[in-house]
Amino acid sequence: MLAVCLRNTPVILFAAVFVVFGILAPRFFQYQNFENIVKQASYAGIIAVGMTFVLLTAGIDLSVGSNMYLSAVAAGLLIKNYNVPVWVALAVCLLVGLAFGMFNAFAITKLRIIPFVVTLSTLFAGRGLGLMLTKSRPVPFPETIIRIGSSRLFGVVPLPIVIFVCVVICAHVFLRRTQMGRQIYAVGNDIEAAKKAGINTDRVRATAYIVCGLLASLGGFVSVAQLGIVNAGFGEGYEFEAITAAVLGGTSLFGGIGNVFPGTVLGTVLIQMISAGLVFTQVDLYIQPLVEGAIIFFAVLLDSFRNVQLVRISRRHIRVEETA
Amino acid sequence: MGDTILQFENISKSFFGIHALRDVTFSLERGQLLGLIGENGAGKTTLMNILGGVIQADEGTMRMKGVEYRPRNPAEAAKAGVAFIHQELNLFTNLSIADNIFIDRFPRIGALPLINKKAMRSRTRELLSGVELEVSPDTLVERISPGERQLVEIAKALGFGAEIMIFDEPTTSLTARETEQLFKIIEQLRAGGKSIIYISHNLGNVLHLADEIVVVRDGAVAGTGDKSEYTIDKMVSQMVGRDIDQMYPARTAGPSDTVALEVKDLSQSGIVKGISFSLRKGEVAGLFGLMGSGRSELARIIFGLDPFERGSVKVGGAERKRYTPAESIEKKIAFVTENRREEGLLMEAPIFDNIALVAMPDYTRGLMMRFVEKKRIFGAVGDVAESMRIKTASLDRQLAKNLSGGNQQKTVIGKWLLSKPAVFIMDEPTRGIDVGAKYEIYNIINDLAAAGTGILFISSELEELMGGCDRILVMSNGQIQGCFEKGDFDQAKILHAAFKGHKKHGVA
Repeated sequence: MLAVCLRNTPVILFAAVFVVFGILAPRFFQYQNFENIVKQASYAGIIAVGMTFVLLTAGIDLSVGSNMYLSAVAAGLLIKNYNVPVWVALAVCLLVGLAFGMFNAFAITKLRIIPFVVTLSTLFAGRGLGLMLTKSRPVPFPETIIRIGSSRLFGVVPLPIVIFVCVVICAHVFLRRTQMGRQIYAVGNDIEAAKKAGINTDRVRATAYIVCGLLASLGGFVSVAQLGIVNAGFGEGYEFEAITAAVLGGTSLFGGIGNVFPGTVLGTVLIQMISAGLVFTQVDLYIQPLVEGAIIFFAVLLDSFRNVQLVRISRRHIRVEETA
Repeated sequence: MGDTILQFENISKSFFGIHALRDVTFSLERGQLLGLIGENGAGKTTLMNILGGVIQADEGTMRMKGVEYRPRNPAEAAKAGVAFIHQELNLFTNLSIADNIFIDRFPRIGALPLINKKAMRSRTRELLSGVELEVSPDTLVERISPGERQLVEIAKALGFGAEIMIFDEPTTSLTARETEQLFKIIEQLRAGGKSIIYISHNLGNVLHLADEIVVVRDGAVAGTGDKSEYTIDKMVSQMVGRDIDQMYPARTAGPSDTVALEVKDLSQSGIVKGISFSLRKGEVAGLFGLMGSGRSELARIIFGLDPFERGSVKVGGAERKRYTPAESIEKKIAFVTENRREEGLLMEAPIFDNIALVAMPDYTRGLMMRFVEKKRIFGAVGDVAESMRIKTASLDRQLAKNLSGGNQQKTVIGKWLLSKPAVFIMDEPTRGIDVGAKYEIYNIINDLAAAGTGILFISSELEELMGGCDRILVMSNGQIQGCFEKGDFDQAKILHAAFKGHKKHGVA
């Protein structure tokens, strides 16, 4: 029983938060509210999906926020200075994100530097490069992009949600149904055993960081398409939101355990639901960061608690106690 | 015969100028089971690592079916048909059995990059039935027993068409029934034309299974021949290079009357029940039980790693209810776990760090900051290493992971010797180590007992307990089912006690 609960904590947590806010603020249950929550969750979710790949290999990527910023800045400056079409800007944005991820992957697998240090330094370097290019000034995006960003597929589903859903489906299939996907889980479980099993562990880990970099830039672009401007602080702190979302969704920081669907999707929507819920229940603005801090703490606590408990539960029992 | 599948020709390898292998030459026939034996550090593992592509030989050649074979990595060896069933299993516990079997060559749907799950399942089912394992291919590996995992490893090897299979101590974590099952599968593999290299310190098993025996000593072949030419005595004498007329060293002192450890009515539901016994200073008490009898769990509870609900543990007169391992260490209790690789050693650290680990606080000075007295502790560690005869070129450079099994175990025991324990709990201290190293461990136990340490010696090898203990406690189903004094040791009676209570709770 306890084991079943622990394996399904994301779902239980999701349902609990949902019900609590619903009771506290009945307006919470309106359709428009949910659409907003999922739309808000979409770009953070795209980034969290990339983060899930990295966490599954028992790694970490702290640079996703800077990656978002740098790739959006590159796209924005191209449009502003050379008036390139939107699709070229998108392509450049994704290319920058890809390159960012490739650099991380190179440093981690070839130079053998631990992921925490590599991505911590690219966090600073990426942001610094972006600030250098923009001289810290905001980069505005043209109306056309905002119009695309707020358009709806068939006039019904907001485009950010459509992109999010596509990313989730692709990532889910990739992790479940491709060799590389399964090897990501294997590497996260035991990298030494993976090497002995003939898996090219460098390639597997590199793939995770490259996917993460690519999705960070895509998430950034989707976000920009709604905001219409890239400020100097754009993307700051997103690394932690992405990690929190993945961990709340059941992905382990120790690697090998977790999934994109339902896990990370639930985690991301959960975070947005909580911030929306706090607004609905009119919680003091200054308390909200405290709540967010508590969520991160809780997510990590949950992860380690889950690990300890699962080990304890799976420990074999020697004797059956007679119930006389 | 005459159908040679693999030849080793004058294989040599040295590490840092020390010969690990010298001119090793022998061959393996198709459908032959070759028993490879030798002391730890004799070069068996090095040889198998060369065969498996983990390292490369300095000199000499290997030929597979007459063609030169020189694998540069494990993947190439696997491609050539060499499968390694490792001592510590290399399965991914978070993945299914089918995923594990196909991890580096999943079947695809046509040209798509997608896994063909249907084909994978049916092929897995076929392979599993080949090793007589009746579980679903989708079962997660974390849910199956060590014995079943081993069968999955074999199925995996069969899956990529392995022709040569290497088994390295495959039975250490298996129950008697699982071992029997494994042997049956091995016989079938041989009958099916697979060639097998079987490495084990359990010489009885080797003699039972092998067609041909190769003995290595100090990196060279010390003897080889048909199994009919071998007896266990001959195997042992070739391994150690001299006759061992005594397997167990004589005790030099007996137990005193002072009690070192007293356990009263210790119970934890689902684990142990009503455990009471006392251990005197200088006494070696054996604790015998089958796998899953609760002996290791009892040791963990006494040391403070796991909690207990009822009863008490008394050390040096003070009764204790709840305590941590750190408090146990303060009370001079020492504990060597059955799992030295994972729980007993800092694998990436040198021998020095490992031995100094526990007693470090005794070798510090200063009021606020406790500075380590480097010179004094280095001397003390050196003394321990010397007294235990740990073979190494450098105490502070050689990493624990590169030591042979016997030297690793000595290192684990050594870290407790510095703190001069009053009670020493040893869980399977001789598992997976060779005859010579075992003898040395028995000597260490005797020396400790003579110095007044009370020793709880846990083992599933009844003979070694009968050879070295003052008393044997028998555990089964989480309870103590019998206690036998020296002079009263009777193999049949002890085994009978060990099986007590087993039939009632077959499912548990």
